[in-house]
Amino acid sequence: MFYREAGQFKSSYQADQAIFPIIQDRWFMAIVFVVAYLVIPLIADEYWFQAVLIPFYVFAIAAIGLNILTGYCGQVSLGSGAFMAVGAYATFKLVTGFPELNIIIAFLLSGLFAAAVGMIFGLPSLRIKGFYLAVATLAAQFFILWVFNKVAWFFNYNPSGFITAPPREVFGFLVSGPEAAPVTRYYVSLIFLTIFAFAAKNMARGHLGRAWMAIRDMDVAAEIIGIRPLHTKLLAFGISSFFCGVAGALYIFVWLGSAETEAFDLLNVSFPVLFMIIIGGLGSVLGSILGAGFITILPIFLTNAPPMVGIAISADFAKHLEEIIFGVMIIFFLIVEPAGFNRLWQIAKEKIRKWPFPY
Amino acid sequence: MEVLNTFFVAPFLDMGSDLIFLTEVIIGGMMAGIMYSLVALGFVLIYKASGVFNYAQGAMVLFAALTLVGLMERHVPLVLAIILTMGVMIGLAFLIERYMLRKLVNQAQIILFMAAIGLNFVFEGAGQIAWGSNVKKLDVGIPDKSFEFGGILLNSFDLFAACTAAILVAILALFFQKTPTGRALRAVADDHQAALAVGIPLNTIWVIVWSVAGFVALVAGIMWGGKAGVQFSLVLIALKALPVLILGGFESVPGAIIGGLLIGIFEKISEVYWGPAFGGAIEGWFAYMAALIFLMFRPQGLFGEKIIERV
Amino acid sequence: MTQERQFGNTILNVENVSLSFGGVKALDSVSFDVLEGEVRAIIGPNGAGKSSMLNCINGFYKPTECTIAFKGESHHQMETHQAASMGIARTFQNIALFKGMTTLDNVMTGRNLKMKKNFLWQSLYFGPAVKEELEHREAAERVIDFLEIESIRKTVVGRLPYGLQKRVELARALAAEPEMLLLDEPMAGMNHEEKEDMCRYILDVNEQFSTTIVLIEHDMSVVMDISDRVVVLDYGEKIADGTPDEVRANQRVVDAYLGVKHD
Repeated sequence: MFYREAGQFKSSYQADQAIFPIIQDRWFMAIVFVVAYLVIPLIADEYWFQAVLIPFYVFAIAAIGLNILTGYCGQVSLGSGAFMAVGAYATFKLVTGFPELNIIIAFLLSGLFAAAVGMIFGLPSLRIKGFYLAVATLAAQFFILWVFNKVAWFFNYNPSGFITAPPREVFGFLVSGPEAAPVTRYYVSLIFLTIFAFAAKNMARGHLGRAWMAIRDMDVAAEIIGIRPLHTKLLAFGISSFFCGVAGALYIFVWLGSAETEAFDLLNVSFPVLFMIIIGGLGSVLGSILGAGFITILPIFLTNAPPMVGIAISADFAKHLEEIIFGVMIIFFLIVEPAGFNRLWQIAKEKIRKWPFPY
Repeated sequence: MEVLNTFFVAPFLDMGSDLIFLTEVIIGGMMAGIMYSLVALGFVLIYKASGVFNYAQGAMVLFAALTLVGLMERHVPLVLAIILTMGVMIGLAFLIERYMLRKLVNQAQIILFMAAIGLNFVFEGAGQIAWGSNVKKLDVGIPDKSFEFGGILLNSFDLFAACTAAILVAILALFFQKTPTGRALRAVADDHQAALAVGIPLNTIWVIVWSVAGFVALVAGIMWGGKAGVQFSLVLIALKALPVLILGGFESVPGAIIGGLLIGIFEKISEVYWGPAFGGAIEGWFAYMAALIFLMFRPQGLFGEKIIERV
Repeated sequence: MTQERQFGNTILNVENVSLSFGGVKALDSVSFDVLEGEVRAIIGPNGAGKSSMLNCINGFYKPTECTIAFKGESHHQMETHQAASMGIARTFQNIALFKGMTTLDNVMTGRNLKMKKNFLWQSLYFGPAVKEELEHREAAERVIDFLEIESIRKTVVGRLPYGLQKRVELARALAAEPEMLLLDEPMAGMNHEEKEDMCRYILDVNEQFSTTIVLIEHDMSVVMDISDRVVVLDYGEKIADGTPDEVRANQRVVDAYLGVKHD
């Protein structure tokens, strides 16, 4: 009834290639933007910013990054935590070594460092495929974190081994450090997410994205029509790690404030980010964001739900129960919709298109 | 020069200077390697039969060991406790088949892998809720004494573990090569649909394989738990088994065993002789790096055949 | 129909191609040439080495010894993407489409080699990147029109029926604007009508774009109808080479297909 594309004729290929070719989609996106940029900052309190929204956006960036590599290019990586750590530690060294450097520049430079490291660890992808590659990326995960843990230079010889976000201003707003206002940090992560999401979408729908998907769907055929596998895969590793690197920098400097390498380990970061893209939908930018939201909010919900309904349980028991419920929900979700939120979204749109008729 | 010396010369000189110690290090590595082999074996069985990259194998080891210890703490005699634990593992295999595998037939491997990680969470949580999360001692009555044999220090528990593992592998090999179930399993491993078409009951095979993997996990749990106590860190041996798998191949039983031994020895040697040069704690990544470098030169792994790509 | 056709110079010259897997000889010093603008068929019983021959021509297999000269440039061993950039495109016996992508994306992928704007432009989707994308979209749409697959433009190819998938694969190869098109059993598994359609497309491509065509096909009536010259392989060796009529009359070819009576 409301959601119809009938009558919306496209008279140029440019119009047909737009991200949101249907006017209702454009309206919907406009509403999302207004809510994210204007409404939420007005109504959210500090708990929501710190516990839900900022990690959601930061992880969404990392998930988009991993989705470029895994969803579009088909190279499963379990090393996203390590690439995020590279971004975070590079930012730490940059902002402490060059205090006058704008922290946004530092974030982007750190992304480049992460991209370089990612490309080095992407080299084996030419010869190693599938899960063998996935396990091989664990080498990156463990080795990189070991280096950051072992070499004291990376955490400025801090005896506790932590890296801490120093206060830094951008255009007069404090964006990092303990004094930075949650709403400012919210905006920083949101702006980064917006830019990165659009950049990823644009790359994915251009010839680069097609090259990635060609490698994913059938690498032999891709090679025969002239796509160079190493070049294409390394670019995917590089761009993916750039996204992860910037996400890692935001993770520490905009969200946590201080952390050690444990914050980036397999169970804390790499697996959850992989869950985000699987549950969100492989090969979908929107899916990455939805998946990030789900995986960030689910544990918070599980922690808060029992006290809300008045059940008092011990912390230890609650933690394990949370693990079980989390695991079961993951399996349940995979059974119900293996193609993820992105597919659910498509189905929903299809239903609205036909509403009020069932088919 | 200094760097070259510490990394490339000194360790080898150390090895040469005390051969008895080197032998002990190698034997120690093999003992650890057997454990990796056992876990890797569980992985390989499940991967071959159901295509699931079973990340939860480590959690299954923990779960089996916790169940066994929990039963023994309630004064169940050892043999009965082992049988009961095995019953629990078979029950779980049944549940997994019924509520997970059957519903995920024909899904992409990455989906199955994610489901296995989900299963990993369930096992970890359930094991610790049911039996508590503090470190437990597991005493199965095998003496843990050191003795000398030909000038080399050996440990009776390690020897027992090695023999058990060897027997287990032999039994499994016989089971898969000689019995009709084994043949059916190999058929399923080769091609699900073809196996279904000739009337092999896929679901039953899955239950059997997951049960066998549960049994292997139980044995690994007894061995490892008896040595180091039953605790949460048991799940981490799953992470040790992964480099074994890429070295030996996901589908190769001999690969899992030889790969496990190699990784065990290699890890021990690197830890003893190169550890100080790196500043310690290298066992977390050294095996991965080694396996990765090996794969760069031989992508088909230890026992794989060279792949000819066809179009 | 082929009597009065005029062909240009030799576009592809294959000399002494040998290839073996382990101890098995797949190809044993096979030589033949292809003229510009002709339709050249390679036939032979199963396992004769036909697909291996195509794989050698576009550099996917590296023959043990050979000289393959394309447009006068001789290569001993080349990379597959080199072959693609020199103007060789191909289709596959078992469809090798990118199953998760739409028809349009598959066809556009065929033009990837011609698209140069780097990822920074693309990530902005602005200025030159848009212009490039739209130019190539137009070219891709021309191919889509030519092969009459407009209606499935936005359908994911994994869901298409077999015959259409074959056509999309041809579209992807054509989108690269190749000078030589290698077709590996383009009509396998098709019914009579689909075969006729496919023949028409192949001949149209040959005529309108003057693309040289090398094809493998098992359907003899098709081969005899549309090809200008035929190479016959058997057990990795060339046993005949000539016009369809010559080949049909060749005793060795008849023996290879029907078997020889051993007294």
